[in-house]
Amino acid sequence: MFEIFQYDFMINALIASILASVAFGIVGSYVVVKRIVFISGGISHTAYGGIGLGFLLGFNPIYGALLFSIIAALFISYMRKQTKQYEDTLIGIMWAFGMALGVIFINLSPGYAPNLMSYLFGNILTIPTSDIYLMLFLDITIVLMVFFFFNQFQAITFDEEFAYTIGLPVDLLYTVLLLMTALTTVLLIKLVGIILVIALLSIPAAIGIKYVSSLKHLMIVSVLLGIVFNVVGLLFSYYLNLASGATIIMISIIGYFISALYSKMRA
Amino acid sequence: MENKNLPAIEINNLSFSFQDQLVLDNINLTIRNKEFIGIIGPNGGGKTTLLKILLGLLKPNKGEVKIFGKSPAKNLKYLGYVPQYSNFDKSYPISVHDVVLMGMLGRTGFGTPLKKENPKVAEVLEKVELTPIINKQIGELSGGQLQRVLIARALISNPNILLLDEPTASIDSKSGKSFYDLLQSLNDDMTIVLVSHDIGAISRFVKKIACLNKTLIYHDSKEISVEMIEATYHCPVDLIAHGVPHRVLDESEHSH
Repeated sequence: MFEIFQYDFMINALIASILASVAFGIVGSYVVVKRIVFISGGISHTAYGGIGLGFLLGFNPIYGALLFSIIAALFISYMRKQTKQYEDTLIGIMWAFGMALGVIFINLSPGYAPNLMSYLFGNILTIPTSDIYLMLFLDITIVLMVFFFFNQFQAITFDEEFAYTIGLPVDLLYTVLLLMTALTTVLLIKLVGIILVIALLSIPAAIGIKYVSSLKHLMIVSVLLGIVFNVVGLLFSYYLNLASGATIIMISIIGYFISALYSKMRA
Repeated sequence: MENKNLPAIEINNLSFSFQDQLVLDNINLTIRNKEFIGIIGPNGGGKTTLLKILLGLLKPNKGEVKIFGKSPAKNLKYLGYVPQYSNFDKSYPISVHDVVLMGMLGRTGFGTPLKKENPKVAEVLEKVELTPIINKQIGELSGGQLQRVLIARALISNPNILLLDEPTASIDSKSGKSFYDLLQSLNDDMTIVLVSHDIGAISRFVKKIACLNKTLIYHDSKEISVEMIEATYHCPVDLIAHGVPHRVLDESEHSH
């Protein structure tokens, strides 16, 4: 059964799925308790425009995705201060704009049309070692941010108005939280693809929240669940010859239903 | 305290509009230090908006607010805010201890982690008589308990003014000091401003009453007259004398 580890791409895939689990377990916990899953979806889908731009101009599409998702995060946090009224509509528009732009950029790219499917639905088996280093760097950034500002982020996700009244820089913290979401989203694109990112960001934390008593524990549980879903999904996809991203999501969703069933029976 | 002779809160010619709709119209109110005032009015009458302006969360379109002589943003440290407990997401994984500790975040330098066991948390929880539930999850608390937790969170930063939004909706005083007694004892050290739509419930506790429904009516006393109530609620109310002059009954019959 361990013959799969003879392949470098499998080793890379395993390392990548563990690294990504760290980031999305931590950020996903904030996303779930703050209820900004839809905003995360907007950020990740906008990143597709950057992927198209990468293909068009001939640089690593992951940097394009990084650029576009950061712009999307800044745009959303700027918009939030202006008016709360149409926030969801504007996020929806931005979401579609990024996707459309990506498709057009790829249409305009000369020569061979790259395999879009791997960005939309992920293909963990094609992750190059350079992307692993990028993931490691982004992981360290997120872990350090949360290590130093855990209480501040907890305060703004628990009670934003109170956080203002004790003088916390709420807008800045919220922007940083969205930027971390953007970074995490980009990390996850290679793993499960743009379309499935929201599921992997939210499912581990959505399961964990029923069993934990603190945000810290939620993060730890989400990271561990993420690793389990990724590794199990990866093994299934290898042995059954299925797409890795979709298999990982299916395993996560099965996990979610088992947990929901368990809490129902316990109640 | 910078100057005890300054009014705790001073509101001058304050107006506020939300999407072209006038919510607060030329409000004037001076609240002295150590006052205990209840602001009553129907839902949608601008009570929460007024609180948010006092806290600097909203900026007035016209007029000004002063907290001990300065803008709310400059004197946030004097304010303790107790939001409506019913708005809370009780599935958030956080303990009573950690919610209360949150009140001290503004005092630590930015990015300084809080110490895990803080003696101040135990101190304020004792004040609101919640010491036994310090490690409970907020999801396990009753409405009244959560409300006291939020009061403790506001108290931990030693505010001079306590602002409470609709605090009386559920008060369980099966054991220990009643909610009324708790606020009374807090009033020895600080100014208390409480907003509520529930006239009957708050008229028992507060020392002064103002009526707010877009405009504010206040006579610097506890008197609420038929005229005040009718002007505020736009409907007739039954008033009877019962210990307190002009206590209002049965406002629930008048739905708005």
